[in-house]
Amino acid sequence: MSNHNSDSPKHLKHYFANVDQQYETSKFAMWAFILTEVLTFAGLFVAYIVFRSWYPDMFVDAHKLLDVNKGLMNTIVLITSSLTMALAIWAIQKNNRKLSLLMLIATFVFAFCFLGIKFLEYSHKFEVGQLPGEYYSYMGPEVVHLNNPHIFFSIYFIMTGLHGLHVAIGMGLIAWLIYATYKGNLSSEYYTPMEMIGIFWHLVDLIWIYLFPLFYLIG
Amino acid sequence: MLDRLTEYFFPKQVSTFAGDIDNLFFFIFYSSVALFFIVVFGMIYLALKYRHKKGEELELTSSKDHSNLLESLFFIIPLILVSITFVWGIRSYLKMVIVPDNAIEIKVTGQSWFWTFDYPDGGTTLNELVVPSNQPIKLVLSSKDVLHSFFIPVMRSKMDALPNRYNVMWFDATQEGVYDIFCTEYCGTGHSQMGAKVIVMKPAQYEEWANELGSDDDSVPLDELGAKLYTKKACNTCHTLDGSALVGPSYLQTSQMWGQERVFDDGTSTVIDENYIRSSILEPQTQIVAGYQGVMPTYQGLLNDRELDALIAFLKSLNEDSQI
Amino acid sequence: MSENIKQNYLNHPKGLMSWLLTLDHKRIGLMYLVSGILFFFLGGLLALVMRMELAAPGNDFISNETYNNVYTLHGAIMIFLFIIPAIPGALGNILLPLMVGAKDVAFPRLNLASFYIYSFGALFAMYTIINGGVDTGWTFYTPYSTQSTSNVVPMTLGIFIIGFSSILTGLNFIATVHKMRIPGLTWYKLPLFVWALYGTSLVQITATPVLAITMVLLILERFLGIGIFDPALGGDPVLYQHFFWFYSHPAVYIMILPAFGIISEIIPVHSRKKIWGYKFIAYSTLSIAFIGFLVWGHHMFTSGQSVFSQIVFSFITYFVGIPTGVKIFSWILTMYKGQVSFTPPMLYALSFLFLFTIGGLTGIFLGAVALDIHLHDTYFVVAHFHYVMQGGTIVAFLGGLHHWWPKTFGVMYNQTIAKICAVGVFLGFNGTFFPQFLLGLRGMPRRYATYSEEFVELHSYSTFWSGILGISIFIAVMNLFWSFIKKNKVDPGSNPWGAMTLEWTHTSSPPHPHNFEEEPVLEHGPYDYDKVIVEKTYK
Repeated sequence: MSNHNSDSPKHLKHYFANVDQQYETSKFAMWAFILTEVLTFAGLFVAYIVFRSWYPDMFVDAHKLLDVNKGLMNTIVLITSSLTMALAIWAIQKNNRKLSLLMLIATFVFAFCFLGIKFLEYSHKFEVGQLPGEYYSYMGPEVVHLNNPHIFFSIYFIMTGLHGLHVAIGMGLIAWLIYATYKGNLSSEYYTPMEMIGIFWHLVDLIWIYLFPLFYLIG
Repeated sequence: MLDRLTEYFFPKQVSTFAGDIDNLFFFIFYSSVALFFIVVFGMIYLALKYRHKKGEELELTSSKDHSNLLESLFFIIPLILVSITFVWGIRSYLKMVIVPDNAIEIKVTGQSWFWTFDYPDGGTTLNELVVPSNQPIKLVLSSKDVLHSFFIPVMRSKMDALPNRYNVMWFDATQEGVYDIFCTEYCGTGHSQMGAKVIVMKPAQYEEWANELGSDDDSVPLDELGAKLYTKKACNTCHTLDGSALVGPSYLQTSQMWGQERVFDDGTSTVIDENYIRSSILEPQTQIVAGYQGVMPTYQGLLNDRELDALIAFLKSLNEDSQI
Repeated sequence: MSENIKQNYLNHPKGLMSWLLTLDHKRIGLMYLVSGILFFFLGGLLALVMRMELAAPGNDFISNETYNNVYTLHGAIMIFLFIIPAIPGALGNILLPLMVGAKDVAFPRLNLASFYIYSFGALFAMYTIINGGVDTGWTFYTPYSTQSTSNVVPMTLGIFIIGFSSILTGLNFIATVHKMRIPGLTWYKLPLFVWALYGTSLVQITATPVLAITMVLLILERFLGIGIFDPALGGDPVLYQHFFWFYSHPAVYIMILPAFGIISEIIPVHSRKKIWGYKFIAYSTLSIAFIGFLVWGHHMFTSGQSVFSQIVFSFITYFVGIPTGVKIFSWILTMYKGQVSFTPPMLYALSFLFLFTIGGLTGIFLGAVALDIHLHDTYFVVAHFHYVMQGGTIVAFLGGLHHWWPKTFGVMYNQTIAKICAVGVFLGFNGTFFPQFLLGLRGMPRRYATYSEEFVELHSYSTFWSGILGISIFIAVMNLFWSFIKKNKVDPGSNPWGAMTLEWTHTSSPPHPHNFEEEPVLEHGPYDYDKVIVEKTYK
């Protein structure tokens, strides 16, 4: 950020002394926000661990009802989107607005794919009644002997649902970035929003990296 | 002096550990009073001594803002006091959790908004806990609905009653009398009325009372009910009463190991107690005793809470029978 | 001070919209202050209703149901709508940027959003009241809260929403403290109020998300029966308590740390003395904030935790006591060789020291497991946390209001009335809550609408003095507002207490819309009364 020559570029807010301070502040606050997000999910991970230790058999058997292929696809999609997000930032740093725009659109499309696949997964679960809490009605042969399988699906839906919500919010932010980049508001001079949203997007990705093995793989 | 203060501050001391807890209170109380007076007198003294008098010029004041001696005292004195308090608190607490072996066990059930007491020789009372004096009493608490908490001020003891697990408390009453019991975990509209009485009787009197209660026979005692359930619910298919292993461990063996560690096939272990038995009936796959196959079905929904209590009581009674 | 001194943040710009859409931290702070005080009075009124009912045994004033609603709303409003947002939101917002020499907080838009989120959450709480209240206690313990037919969902939703406001304010403050300080204002030159807000903000951003999740799980438990907390569905009510107290114990420090900060400002200024043990106070703030996360289990000493957890939680609990004690001793020693003036803020600060010491020491009783088992959920606990929350936080808040009132509004209140009220608050408070320690020792459980005859005497004392407490606080606040009507203006350059922090030395009263007319240059530390004489200028 050393190449800011102009004294008061138009993106500099009046209450900051200079662009460096403004950039540093945003970045600092973003990391603090990431800390908050991590603790939000930490609460749910604790719930997962507690219930897993109480009902280990149920967790093992119930997890077999999840679709590993779809989960794996989603993992790949999301990791790729993280990569394209990083490329978008790299491109804007190089002042390659076109490439950056392309990469942002790719990220958006991948995010959309993720939610699409998630939608397919959810709708299947809705059909067969593998739902959280009182709405759980699935009584297939794999689960009849299980104790409280509805809790597994409660935790599954709450955690993936909250994560899905983050993906959706991320999509909204990326859509705004696409607009801003297209309009030319972002450049190698000023790309703080893209970097911040990038950090957020990597966090969303990272959380999924934990959710995937915990729900789909560990047996 | 201390006695009168105790009387003023506390309800009567009726349990064996009440005196110890009150002494702990007074230790903290006197230390606190000392610290409090140091703080308040220090404050008033300094504030008055260095007050800014009318007409006095404003001056540069002292730059003194630390003193290694004082600062280390700030750390060390409170540290010593709280260390004593901590150790004393834990020692007294351990006395409150280690239940003597010869304790009479009474099952306490909280329900909005009354208490039910199930006695070892059968019989149930409502909102009246009758116990003999100079005899350890073990209370196994649970709740049928929301959280409750069982508080006997004169015994200085209290424990929450939970809907999904058992909690244990005990006391040994030193004086006959009738004392208050309160519910101290908020449980809805009737919370403030969810009181009961503990009636402490001379042992002989209690004996008499208990016989009378047992002879009423309006409800089967827990362990007898358990014996019936043992065959009725087909426990006998896999668990023997003579110590020999069938598909599962014998009740007798489990009963004899009461309070001891049981090792499971994954290398972990647990102390055998009410909670373990309950969970091994409701969640048999969670912990499989080393050397056995995990084949038992869950009894969730097949046994109600009283029946679970009954089976546990029955299992526990086996040990005493064999000793006789 | 220059010519356009007439222009200040209160009169420029003008118009309702300029307030509602303001990005100025001082105006946002004022809006928090007004709403905070309204909720404080509402909560106080509920408290007086409770004391009326408890004046005598039996239900001669209100029914059990009403009582349960009243005490729940009293707790929830005081904690979530007043104490948690009020000091950081009001005094913090107004003062923090001024104290670090910034033109505003790091994210003014976020700051305004935070206020509206708070208001939105407060609407849910108000809806709860209109719609018949909520009767679970502010702790919302399951399974009662999953079964109660009262308005659990609107209230918890309101708390959930207000949590976001807390988090955003916390983020804003942390970023401001880290990045917006003027050159030369190093960490050890920061006023201690800034340190306190910094510690508070750290707790806000790390503990509040856990509360948010807990509230969501509770709401879902009611709607979907997810089986996390409801024992009938395989869940565990004790897990709820762990979740809840993992937030709510640190929340105690969200409530008390800013009060520590206020006291750390008032005492050196009104004693005209360098503060004793600056670094001790600063670091003890951080260590209290940290240790606060490890002691939640002491709220559950009777829930049937393992003996090992009981011992560990008891042990760690005592480590909160040590840094707190260090602070108290440091505040008192600050007066040594100073020039102490018994101004209204100073009277509040001294009364804080007295009351908070009792609050803190009674915490030691409750930390000893064996003793806590007797005292748990009795009036001893009620008295203890009121000594901390009201005797500590609210008394400090009142002191802070009196201290910064001329700065914030450019008017001075009647100091004699203010002093009388400070004494009234002190007496009324002790009269109300000291008997409750005895009630608790004698076994009076909390959250009881009625009680047995043996407790009458102490309860009626408590009720009598609560009236005096209520009246004193009401007059104290009215006295502050009366200064507007009397137009008892102070000169823009006034520094009535002779304070040394930037908000007093480098800007007018009330401050300039952009805080400082020119970037302030730091000339001395916040408490350098040994190096510089700052005159007390009034009028």
